[in-house]
Amino acid sequence: MSVAPQIAASAPVIPEFGKGSSSCVVHNHLFCWDWVEGNWSPVLWPALRQHVLLSLIAVGIGFVIAVALALAAHRYGWIEKPTILLTTFLYTIPSLALFELLVAPVGANIFAAEIALVSYTLLILFRNILTGLRDVPREVLDAAEGMGMTRTQQLLRIELPLALPAIIAGLRIAVVTTIALATIVYTIYDSGLGVPIHTALGEGPFKTELIAAGVLVISLAILCDALLVGLQRALTPWARARQGG
Amino acid sequence: MSRRDNAQEEGLSAYPQAAELQLRQVCKRYPGEGEPAIGELSFTVPAGAFCVLVGPSGCGKTTTMRLINRMIPLSGGEILLGGQSVMERDVRKLRREIGYVIQQIGLFPHLTVAENIATVPKLLGWAKDRTDARVEELLALIGLDTEGLGGRYPAQLSGGQRQRVGVARALAADPPLMLMDEPFGAIDPINRAYLQDEFLALQEKVKKTIVFVTHDIDEAIKMGDRIAIMRKGGVLEQYGPPEEILGRPASDFVAQFVGADRGIKRLSLTTLAAVTLLDDTRRSAEARRVPSSYSLKDALSILLTDAGKPLAVVDAPKSGEAGEGRVLGYLTLSHLERLIAEESERDGDGVVAAGMPGAHPGTAPDGAHATPSDAAADPTAEASA
Repeated sequence: MSVAPQIAASAPVIPEFGKGSSSCVVHNHLFCWDWVEGNWSPVLWPALRQHVLLSLIAVGIGFVIAVALALAAHRYGWIEKPTILLTTFLYTIPSLALFELLVAPVGANIFAAEIALVSYTLLILFRNILTGLRDVPREVLDAAEGMGMTRTQQLLRIELPLALPAIIAGLRIAVVTTIALATIVYTIYDSGLGVPIHTALGEGPFKTELIAAGVLVISLAILCDALLVGLQRALTPWARARQGG
Repeated sequence: MSRRDNAQEEGLSAYPQAAELQLRQVCKRYPGEGEPAIGELSFTVPAGAFCVLVGPSGCGKTTTMRLINRMIPLSGGEILLGGQSVMERDVRKLRREIGYVIQQIGLFPHLTVAENIATVPKLLGWAKDRTDARVEELLALIGLDTEGLGGRYPAQLSGGQRQRVGVARALAADPPLMLMDEPFGAIDPINRAYLQDEFLALQEKVKKTIVFVTHDIDEAIKMGDRIAIMRKGGVLEQYGPPEEILGRPASDFVAQFVGADRGIKRLSLTTLAAVTLLDDTRRSAEARRVPSSYSLKDALSILLTDAGKPLAVVDAPKSGEAGEGRVLGYLTLSHLERLIAEESERDGDGVVAAGMPGAHPGTAPDGAHATPSDAAADPTAEASA
């Protein structure tokens, strides 16, 4: 991996970065809106779309794996410890190293990128889902069982709905971290908003591309978080009823 | 008590109104424990009877209750519901036919009151309009049909309201048997008394067979028409109506458990409406008016407070009728004493007097009362009948 060395800001630069080299661009002003307008379709919009796709696939696959593991651990307690151990181990591997490590066995492609991103979601999602399932009050389950619900009915009608706030809380953290992490996918695979950010780092005093891509990453994270908050409010009206008294 | 023939008030049900429950030599052992949690427990609850299991903590009363709907597996013996062994039933189907109320209630916090009540009908696959009609009916039965309470979540209800919803949920599929584990245990004393009265009135309407667990002997006396007093190890010390438990304790354990004030407690079982009152007394003019729904215990308390003034017992004014009720008769302290003496004579014991600590030390319950002659009090006799 190589990050282009920063060119000193004092050096004379005549940038010719893409279309729309206006006077703003030529004079290296901090932010040039006309550059963004000119480069939206060729650079920023494709990168944003890739970024959304990278993050969505990672959280989606991570969620499915984490739900399966959490359900297994909820049923068979012994599964919890090895899972926590493994996912914590994956979580602590430095991200840049993990991406590089995966290139040898998998190749510098989207699969390597997704494997790395998924592995970072597992710890958060697994922990939250399992905690949510375990926090269902004992008397609620006793009543459900005593009224004649089967194990599956208890899970689908009682435990999973009651675990939803914890599950969505986990998803929120996982989504925001994945969106942030996906910016370094560029190191092994040419995709996502990390690409224009990386390019910008080589553009010396010209900061517009860096700022534009960075703002897009942050906005995407905030938007996704807001969508999940909305989802939670829609799915768990009872959780708010509690606060309303 | 036999099954009643009158049409059910709640209707809509394919179930019998109430079923007889029989426990035969029921036994529960936990592996690794020498003593069984319950050993050889036998008693019968007739259809429609309100049976209270009472005893100190650890006596196995909750375990006994949970054996009935197989929340705890049986180690030995037999439990028959409506003549059929519960072990032969599909466990889910069995539980859907048994109302289940626990102390913490365990309402589903993510479901509305109406959805909570609809739980068992949904499990049974009732059509939606039948379920809805039943939910409406039950909300009305427990007095929560106003103010759109059916659409609220459990967290928005008071403790008493949650308790009522728990009872309604248990009654939803019109089960022939209700199991209730300290259902009023977490409620403050004032609301508890209110809920107890309300539930007794409800039971008058629905006439279920009820197994009710409590550690509170006063609650047992108030609620039960049969009381099973249990001792550690699931041993049944005495089984009979409250009058008998208080009047003729079968053992020192029972006498101790019901308390030295059992004579007074016994007075709480009889209301003023049920006794012969005086037509007139010398001091009628000074008499204090009390409703005929008061118990003899309440009357005694007032008589003792009001220094010899008699009580004028009035019936409750009819609804819509203004003013105070009609005077049914008068009660004085000396007349109350005669009433107590008559009752004791009729029951063949002197327990009311003996219940006063220190009053008649010679007549304290002894071995003579340990073997109840009454067949109803002999669980084995009834179980094998």
